[in-house]
Amino acid sequence: MSTDLLTIESTVAYRAPTSRPVKAEEVEHDEAGSTTTLGFWIYLMSDCLLFAALFATYSVLAQETAGGPTGRALFSLPYVLTETICLLLSSFTYGMAMLALNNGQRNGVLGWLAVTFLLGLCFIGMEISEFHRMVVEGAGPDRSAFLSSFFTLVGTHGLHVSSGLIWMAVMMVQVAMRGLSVTNSTRLMCLSLFWHFLDIIWIGVFTVVYLMGAT
Amino acid sequence: MSTTYNANDRAGRGSLGSYITGLILALVLTAVPFWMVMGGLMSAPTVLAGIATGAVVQIVVHLVFFLHMNGSSGQRWNRVAFLFAVLMTVILVGGSFWIMNHLNHNMMPIMMG
Repeated sequence: MSTDLLTIESTVAYRAPTSRPVKAEEVEHDEAGSTTTLGFWIYLMSDCLLFAALFATYSVLAQETAGGPTGRALFSLPYVLTETICLLLSSFTYGMAMLALNNGQRNGVLGWLAVTFLLGLCFIGMEISEFHRMVVEGAGPDRSAFLSSFFTLVGTHGLHVSSGLIWMAVMMVQVAMRGLSVTNSTRLMCLSLFWHFLDIIWIGVFTVVYLMGAT
Repeated sequence: MSTTYNANDRAGRGSLGSYITGLILALVLTAVPFWMVMGGLMSAPTVLAGIATGAVVQIVVHLVFFLHMNGSSGQRWNRVAFLFAVLMTVILVGGSFWIMNHLNHNMMPIMMG
């Protein structure tokens, strides 16, 4: 069974039947959508470089605790593992939303987006709670160079996830109101790239920050 | 048209099977590094090598099974951008490490003296 997305045929299939000339227009829309996703991919690669700079900063400063708490004392690995699983499952459920999009199932898309949103919300809630606990314990970003770079790196990832959640909420409204139009499909595809990309960055975060910090 | 970017070759080309395979592999590749660190059964260099390998393999799993990257010609520009980003990341992170280690090494006698 082919589940290719945004083929001209399937795009036309789940749009309202219209007169023949529109098909040429669809082709243009489809190519515009392709350019959009490539452009978005290039943005993600530049975002990757932003994270590379933050990872480099963190790695260089990780030992500079200025007599303050170390990563080993601060990090709870079972907690981070739970966060990681939330984000990983959300990547999978977003994939399910994309499959529903392929099959033109509007309610499927909305349902899986809602599940993804909740899992992302769990992740960001846990992260905010961790940050809060650390600041209350006197291990805020002003304590040491290690903690400054920790909050910058993990916080930047958290901000990205929060932006993704806002985008996802907007997309749920868009899909509910306008259905799986070509424009919405392109947007959902870009959000898919964004969401999977954030999960990939998180692999770097939990490995470099949490696991290496606790070793 | 071979150089034209094709949406079918990007995030769209997924099947239920590939997502499930990706999820299972990713779960294993997450669990093993956490177990290596939390179990505390291995020496630090072994653990560091293990979790670094786990991370690289898991990133590849995500790229293949979630982002559906493959060698097809339709993805040429995605691949070029991606490889460029990888190169820059290696230069940035590796270079920073190299320079800062040398700096730390050279600063040491002055700080002690």
